[in-house]
Amino acid sequence: MPDSIEAGQAEKLQGSPVERREDPELLTGEATFTDDMEPRGTVHMAVLRSQYGHARIESIDTSAAEELDGVLAVYTADDVAASEAPGQIEPIWLLPDLKRPPYPMLARDKARYQGQPVAVAVADDRYRASDAVDAIDVTYDRLEAVTGAREATDEDAPTIHEEAPENVAAEWDVGDEEATDEAFENADRTVSVDLVNQRLLPTAMEPRVTLANYRPSADELVVHMGTQCPHLHRRFMADMLDFPEQKMRVIAPEVGGGFGSKDSAHPDEALTAWCSLQLERPVKWQATRTEAYASTGHGRGQETTAEIAVDEDGSIQALRVETYGDLGGYLSTWGPLMPAHGYALMLPGQYDVENVYCEVTEVFTNATPTEPYRGAGRPEASYVIERLATLAARELDMDPVEFRRKNFISRDDFPHETATGLLYDSGDYDKTLDRAIEMADLEALREKQADLREEGRYLGIGISCYNESCGYGPSEIIGQIGGQLGLYENGVVRFHPSGSVTVYCGTSGHGQGHETTYAQIVADELGVDYDDIEVIEGDTDEVPMGMGTYGSRSVSVGGSAIVEASREVVEKAGTIAAHHLEVSEEDLEFEDGEFQITGAPARSMTIQEVAREAYLAHDLPDGTSPGLEATNFYDPENLVFPFGTHIVVVEVDPDTGEVDIERYVAVDDCGNQINPKIVEGQVHGAIAQGLGQGLFEGVEYDENGTLLTGSMQDYTLPKAFQVPEYETDHTVTPSPHNPLGAKGIGEAGTIAAPPAVVNAVTDALQPFGIDHIDMPLTDETVWQAIQHATAEPGGAD
Amino acid sequence: MTHHDIELSVNGTEHELSVEPRTLLAHALRDELGYTGTNVGCETTMCGACTVLLDGDAVKSCTVLAVQADGAEVKTVEGLSDDGEFHPLQKSFQKEHGLQCGYCTPGMMMTALDVLEDNPDPDDAEIREALEGNICRCTGYQNIINAVKSAADDMGGVSGAD
Ligand code: FES
Ligand code: FES
Repeated sequence: MPDSIEAGQAEKLQGSPVERREDPELLTGEATFTDDMEPRGTVHMAVLRSQYGHARIESIDTSAAEELDGVLAVYTADDVAASEAPGQIEPIWLLPDLKRPPYPMLARDKARYQGQPVAVAVADDRYRASDAVDAIDVTYDRLEAVTGAREATDEDAPTIHEEAPENVAAEWDVGDEEATDEAFENADRTVSVDLVNQRLLPTAMEPRVTLANYRPSADELVVHMGTQCPHLHRRFMADMLDFPEQKMRVIAPEVGGGFGSKDSAHPDEALTAWCSLQLERPVKWQATRTEAYASTGHGRGQETTAEIAVDEDGSIQALRVETYGDLGGYLSTWGPLMPAHGYALMLPGQYDVENVYCEVTEVFTNATPTEPYRGAGRPEASYVIERLATLAARELDMDPVEFRRKNFISRDDFPHETATGLLYDSGDYDKTLDRAIEMADLEALREKQADLREEGRYLGIGISCYNESCGYGPSEIIGQIGGQLGLYENGVVRFHPSGSVTVYCGTSGHGQGHETTYAQIVADELGVDYDDIEVIEGDTDEVPMGMGTYGSRSVSVGGSAIVEASREVVEKAGTIAAHHLEVSEEDLEFEDGEFQITGAPARSMTIQEVAREAYLAHDLPDGTSPGLEATNFYDPENLVFPFGTHIVVVEVDPDTGEVDIERYVAVDDCGNQINPKIVEGQVHGAIAQGLGQGLFEGVEYDENGTLLTGSMQDYTLPKAFQVPEYETDHTVTPSPHNPLGAKGIGEAGTIAAPPAVVNAVTDALQPFGIDHIDMPLTDETVWQAIQHATAEPGGAD
Repeated sequence: MTHHDIELSVNGTEHELSVEPRTLLAHALRDELGYTGTNVGCETTMCGACTVLLDGDAVKSCTVLAVQADGAEVKTVEGLSDDGEFHPLQKSFQKEHGLQCGYCTPGMMMTALDVLEDNPDPDDAEIREALEGNICRCTGYQNIINAVKSAADDMGGVSGAD
């Protein structure tokens, strides 16, 4: 990848690795994150959280806390109830017959996960607010707890919500059960495996933070917060507080990462706003890391039994999957989505599978609610199919590459409808596989593997061919499958009389470099200098509407909205230009920001000149309104499906269980790229998180529902020396479904890396007869697996 | 709670302030003095987002009490550029795409500054080891490593730390 370049060096901006305009502020410390703001009169909120996973709250004594110096107020659920705010988080993804027990901002009679807010204190500084929280005296009656989705459905498991006595929130399925069963009976071989996709902590480096400022004179509530979707949060909060949405403004200033953890409603943000309403002054809250770990939604959390039916020639006949999805103590905003549509629809992966049946049980447990985390369902699906593909190849004694190739949906078979009802837009799976094999030099690797084995060294090669569904919409389909929101995007392109441009988009970046990317898109569309284009996101007052940034939707949906808005602007400008040049519109060509008369290029008008005329409005064609701007609501025609192949090479030390990553090759295809440097950065970051899941990360609870991985001391995140140098490349298969031909790339690595790593480690350990180890593959886990295998007859010695 | 009067020199400017004994240096810098470029990600010495130079050494300002820093010279990210001219690290982080959300970046650069002071020409592995205490969740580190290397080249072995 070439170094990034300055915008002026690029002829065409789309496709160029332009330097990020976001960087200078961030590099000097001038950038403003929410916690950097402190309006006059700001007070601080701290949250008392349940220390138990499951407990009845018998009494709360706030008197000692209230008496402390500097304490303004201490609030419990009773105060919220007295305020008449509904105070309840509602899911925005519904499944048929979904049980919906209330999820209050403050626990009322019962706490159902460790970290659930029980009371809040507001004081004049953050230290005193936390002193106050420490002084609140809660009497709990501790109850038996259960974590782990399968376990929570055991007959003798404690009941978490009366509304769901068996702890089951929903049962849901997709595919044709009968046809799948039949295919299983007729197939030559079947392979099955039990898989755990462990809970993860998203760990954005900036914890969640909110600054709410209610100004009684204007009856206006302004909330700055680290969010991925300000408009959605405005709606969530307006509902939770029963505050008029039009009087509420949510602003995402600089946001220090999200990875899904900042797109859901949590009690804390709404509580901060509620306190501001009570106290009529600015209230700020920033989660400590420990709080963040206990209370920010966790990712993944699935237990699965997966089976694949294959014929001797290697063709996949059917897929049968049973999954328990752990929702945690309550339905989070997006909770029910991941184990159902987010995951199960993607189970066929890159393969042409005729028969698929998947049954999902969504379960309440005494753990923090699960929420979307980078990939949100797709990594779980890819893990299932890519583990099965590897195991099936092994069963048939076939090369895992050949097995995959044999079953790929062929490049000529797009658009392709899957047995789970998705319509893949475009793909060329052989192409990324070929390129990855070439980069890795797979043949040489296999030889090296054989040579090293002779020496008693264990090299493993793991392949993972993934695809992803992103760019969510169209809204109508989202509505049909349970979404309580539209998944379109809003773009506004507005010329100023001077000829410069402001672009507004309803997505909300938090590290993805949207301002740079969108300016590149619009500069090419309008033929206006990149530096004359300003991009605004993340403010509900400035941007008319927005659904936000998650699920790799920003370029394909948000970018398309601003492309369409740009084109509407050009069209109007063309009408005005034709009028001034005294020709008909059909005789005008628009190129590089200039309207020229076909065949008479000397007579022309730049779009900036048109803008001036449009705002001057002295001489406009009949029926044309003054001004030059357009607002577009872009509802995508379909999802987009990026894909790729990742190959990882590891060496496992059988004496210690240590896994050393020797190489990591990634070839991704996200369609047309706007800024390849930003794409590459997204690929790197996601691979690191994917390797984190594969090798290090995992949430653990004890049997009481106590979070054992409650701080960075206990939860291992990948560090610089633990990840390899990534070797990346890409192919380009544009999506036919949007004007940019773009797909999404933010989640590729978190989808591809976990199965690649597990495939690699189990490949290394073939001599020990080890076919599967659950993630994370820590030294100890791997060592245990080897010990276990060698202790058994038939294992290697 | 009793307060202590302390003096801090931050990026060459002298400050006098009064803090509680428990006030963390990170909070004193951010909340009392307005140097909000220093970010807080964990408050437990694990993430490195709050790294500043204290008398020339990279330290995590969330684990130093402000009173411990009495009389010390502190350098924060705000003091990196010189008269509007970006420090080589700032330039290389931008050029190499060494940041995404930018939350870890001030701490990364301050650690890197200290690293390059001790070892002006580090190799990849040395940089990776040296950044062990700084977590970045966005970049996957590779471009950060490249940025530190490229800054080392630009600095020609002369560290910008003072
Ligand atoms: S905030 Fe100081 S190390 Fe994380
Ligand atoms: S750039 Fe976001 S944490 Fe490093």
